[in-house]
Amino acid sequence: MEPLSWGEIFAGMFIQLIPVWIALVVTFAVSIAYKRKLGLYGKLFDSTIGMIGFFLVMFWVFVAILGSMDMILTHDPLSQVSGMKNKVPGTPLRGAEDGDYMHYLLGGDNLARDIFSRVMSGATIVILIAPLATLFAYMVGITLGLPAGYYGGRFDMLLSFVANLVLAFPVILLFYLLVTPEIVNTGLPQFMAIVLFFFPLIFFAVLIHTRLKQQPQKNTVWLCAILIPLAIMYVVTINAPGTKIDVLGPVDFFNPASGILVVFVSVVFVNSPTVFRIVRGLTLDIKQRDYVSAAQTRGEGAWYIMLWEILPNARGPLIVDFCLRIGYTTILLGTLGFFGLGLPPESPDWGSTINEGRKLLSIYLHPALPPALALLSLVLGLNLLADGLREESLRD
Amino acid sequence: MGLFILRRLGVMILTALCLTFIVFFLTNLHPNLEKLAKTQGEMRMSDEQVERWLANRGYDQPLPIKYGEWLGVWPSKIINTDDGRTYGRCIESGVEIADTPRYCGVLQGDWGTSTVFKDDVSSIIKTRLSLTGKLMFWVMVLMIPSALLIGVLAGMREGSRTDRTLSTLSIATTATPEYVSGVIFIALFAASASPLNQWLASMDWIEGRTLFKGTATSAMEKATFNNFFLPVLTISLYGMGYIARMTRASMAEVMTAQYIRTARLKGVSFPNIVVKHALRNALIAPFTVIMLQIPWLLNGVVIVETLFNYKGFGWVLVQAAGNNDFELLLGVSVVSVVVVLITQLISDIGYVYLNPRISVS
Repeated sequence: MEPLSWGEIFAGMFIQLIPVWIALVVTFAVSIAYKRKLGLYGKLFDSTIGMIGFFLVMFWVFVAILGSMDMILTHDPLSQVSGMKNKVPGTPLRGAEDGDYMHYLLGGDNLARDIFSRVMSGATIVILIAPLATLFAYMVGITLGLPAGYYGGRFDMLLSFVANLVLAFPVILLFYLLVTPEIVNTGLPQFMAIVLFFFPLIFFAVLIHTRLKQQPQKNTVWLCAILIPLAIMYVVTINAPGTKIDVLGPVDFFNPASGILVVFVSVVFVNSPTVFRIVRGLTLDIKQRDYVSAAQTRGEGAWYIMLWEILPNARGPLIVDFCLRIGYTTILLGTLGFFGLGLPPESPDWGSTINEGRKLLSIYLHPALPPALALLSLVLGLNLLADGLREESLRD
Repeated sequence: MGLFILRRLGVMILTALCLTFIVFFLTNLHPNLEKLAKTQGEMRMSDEQVERWLANRGYDQPLPIKYGEWLGVWPSKIINTDDGRTYGRCIESGVEIADTPRYCGVLQGDWGTSTVFKDDVSSIIKTRLSLTGKLMFWVMVLMIPSALLIGVLAGMREGSRTDRTLSTLSIATTATPEYVSGVIFIALFAASASPLNQWLASMDWIEGRTLFKGTATSAMEKATFNNFFLPVLTISLYGMGYIARMTRASMAEVMTAQYIRTARLKGVSFPNIVVKHALRNALIAPFTVIMLQIPWLLNGVVIVETLFNYKGFGWVLVQAAGNNDFELLLGVSVVSVVVVLITQLISDIGYVYLNPRISVS
């Protein structure tokens, strides 16, 4: 069979991605049709930059979702096919049988795996970890930053000192210290997970309780509905068989793949101090406003004021920073992969694939470039999205 | 002002102590020591032998004491083993036991020995740091003027087409981490398989087969445009966008100020307004940002030195961390933490000096 030309390769990828295009068209059509009713999200569609950013981000989100549902991949991202090592893009698959995809669209890598499938399934890992880790960092940063800014004093001094301590640490050194197998075996990342993952529980408990304190019945219902699933998730995530923390035994139904928890914890740990500083700064500014004084005069509790008066009014900058921070987290994940830390070496995440591809870069260009461009486009999309959001939220 | 600096210095020293203690703690965890014993002693040691090896070298002491010894505030222990040999931090060959100093830690200038490079940590750090210094110097030379220029050009007429293009460009550079831009640059300019290089070579426009070199190892001896430009460009690009955006924001704000309007109404020409009236005030904010950017550059340095195989400070960090060479690792972290803290201090002081509206007392 003939190798594909570049035009055919792009056509092949376009056809392979048809589910993604359909999803994108539907999303954009619905959003633009109802954009006046959708608040800040709808306003995004007034700015070209924001729309381009949203397009790039949603492209990868849909690739991640549909890819994990096996609608995009041409081959298994982990299986090796003999004779396909370092083959250029468009090489026909050797020994293809009926039902196999006939070509390696973007060529084969050093271990004869299909690069196109690896890049697409790498998106699943990144899209799963980056926003979730950022969300956790936000929970930690908000839960600590609000009281630090609101109360000030000793508590603030101590927390700010700790935050600056973490920030003064070179990120890569920290990763090396946390993610090496020897340290992972001591259970240190798991202990950190115990602390860091507890913050969402605190956050939601206080959030609900301060709001519904006057209606005890509703309060109990809501607290149970939110906290019980969260607590179960908390316990089964922390617990892992064969490690220092293994108390559940067979009841433990959820175990993230090896290395993912460690990577997740270190990324949350690195991001939280920055979020803390932003939230603290915003709180210092907002607590001087009249509506906060009004709430204080009404006799509202301190935590009610922090979570229901200050936090909603800080949402603009926080949403923008959230987008930027997902991008930054993606970069951090890539850095971890680039140094071969945390995730298993055969993992198709973009950092690891770039790291593998760069070793033969002077001879073979095709293994390293697709994951590099994928990471670039996702982070660029997030940055443009943040820029569009900032512009639109400043407009009113 | 003096008190302010003094207080900041106090916090700085406390931070440095805390951080080195954390590194010390993490590198001295038992599995790490076991690995050290096996790589330094013999691979097939039994658990008992490992324990004895560690005890002989004083690794079994409590953590605070070991930290004190490393720091040089606790007298170093001298151990006589069963087979008649003597071990101790301070003991050097050729010096009598009686003559060895009691304290020998970082404070005495003794940073220990690297197990990977078999050399003094202080001399390794000195040579590697000077190599990285060379890299950073050229990064600064490239990054700061171009970032300021882009920022000023973009911010001078807010909302114009130049502004939009340059702003999008700076967003794009901040979205490109070093390991992505580095890989793209190598693929384009330094790989013999790249179409660009093949075309240039076929036209006989370049000597050799590639436009630039993909490794910067030769730049350690003699840096040329050919072997040093790509690593410098890769690091600068990531920081450039951020500084440019800060400069743009600050410039745009200054351009809406009353005194600029007055100058325009007086009939001062636009270039004169920008250069003589706006520029100085617009550069206060970027100064702080540039200083705070230096710790971020450290990250970039580690990635780029690994990618381009330039054996500087960042490369040593990776080697030390990868091999748990912990005296070297501690030295590296002391240096990087001090760099971070000093730049923070300078940025604070500089901000106060440059901005008359802020005063510390």
